[in-house]
Amino acid sequence: MQKVYPDPRAALAGLLRDGMMIMAGGFGLCGIPEQLILAIRDSGVKNLTVVSNNCGIDGVGLGILLDSRQIKKMISSYVGENKTFAQQYLAGELEIEFNPQGTLAERIRAGGAGIPAFFTRTGAGTQIAEGKEQREFDGNRYVMERGLIADLSIVHAWMADTEGNLVYRKTARNFNPMMATAGKVTVAEVEHLMQPGQINPDHIITPGLYVQRLVHVPNAVKHIEQRTLRKRTAPAGTGEEV
Amino acid sequence: MAWTREQMAERAAKELRDGFYVNLGIGIPTLVSNYIPRGMSVQLQSENGMLGFGPFPYEGEEDPDLINAGKQTVTEISTTSYFSSADSFAMIRGGHIDLSILGAMQVAENGDLANWMIPGKMVKGMGGAMDLVAGVKKVVVVMEHSAKNEPKLLKNCTLPLTGAGVVDMVITDLGVFTIDKKGGGGMTLIELAPGATLDEIRAKTQASYHIANVL
Repeated sequence: MQKVYPDPRAALAGLLRDGMMIMAGGFGLCGIPEQLILAIRDSGVKNLTVVSNNCGIDGVGLGILLDSRQIKKMISSYVGENKTFAQQYLAGELEIEFNPQGTLAERIRAGGAGIPAFFTRTGAGTQIAEGKEQREFDGNRYVMERGLIADLSIVHAWMADTEGNLVYRKTARNFNPMMATAGKVTVAEVEHLMQPGQINPDHIITPGLYVQRLVHVPNAVKHIEQRTLRKRTAPAGTGEEV
Repeated sequence: MAWTREQMAERAAKELRDGFYVNLGIGIPTLVSNYIPRGMSVQLQSENGMLGFGPFPYEGEEDPDLINAGKQTVTEISTTSYFSSADSFAMIRGGHIDLSILGAMQVAENGDLANWMIPGKMVKGMGGAMDLVAGVKKVVVVMEHSAKNEPKLLKNCTLPLTGAGVVDMVITDLGVFTIDKKGGGGMTLIELAPGATLDEIRAKTQASYHIANVL
């Protein structure tokens, strides 16, 4: 079975339909599948529910799909960096379901692992727990949260082989590995495409069975959201901004 | 004179212990990393999937794949490890992080914390705060004692909660309080900032609190 597709549009061909749920990896602008997001914009698919920790920034990442009004609902933990988001939300054009970040990560992990629900202390006694089943274990109150499965997951990896085995780089890993497991179909964009045997099997984070389609994006431009620097003269560890 | 932001961070750093794994929130808590005592091993956790991070990079060495939870560019150190968001919050929820230092809008005398939304204003989201306060062994809040003369240390929080009964200690510009969140022993003022008086704290605090004998 050939998993490698020639470009992002081809990698998504036949997978997109209006009203579907899409999981998109990344934290802020780090590790986002940006070329696949651009291909989703170009497809014109509408009324999407998008599961992603954030929603990009204006004009970058998932912010592109806000500009084109293709997103109906976001399931996220934090969306503070985006003016378009605020405008569409306040105008009633966009729904948001906030999940605590760890609960969101675990819902996705659980969905991919065949676990329909789990109990967590996160959010107990807060409005996040309202309307959810709660139980006491060992004297503490826990909230039931549901596993999440998406129609499609799009992820970004640093390296892959043609079998779909994925390796991530530094903090660009974030939500990508869980999302790869929780999509009915998972499409990965990868910076470096190798032949089988060229990646040390001990280093593979996402085994290829989770990945149905791959696209090589060798020239992907990566974005920095907050460029914080240290002065050359400052002593180590001061973390001073310039 | 009350404590400055830097002095509040310096006071918070006294809660660090050798071998601690620590998560620092955005704002004053971030400054705590400047006051880790020399020779003490403290590993900083960033909930986007990194344990053990260093200072900001020098110009030209910034890496888009290497950021902290505030989306700022940071650097790797010799003890760094990377992991997924699910592993990161397993660490947090599973009680493997020793200390979380974070900011707050309101804290109640029973340890309730509100720091994520103001009804009627645009809500940005809670990020990882609800998970941190529910799972980390010790939770320390660093905040201004009052906001525009409105007290922030309250009998009950009026804003939606981030966590119920989760705060162990509050460090403000005027002093330090402990909260017996498990034992129900309430809040106790244990230290005064230089120049702060018991009268001033009484006037600016709605919550009821004990005063430690040393004061």
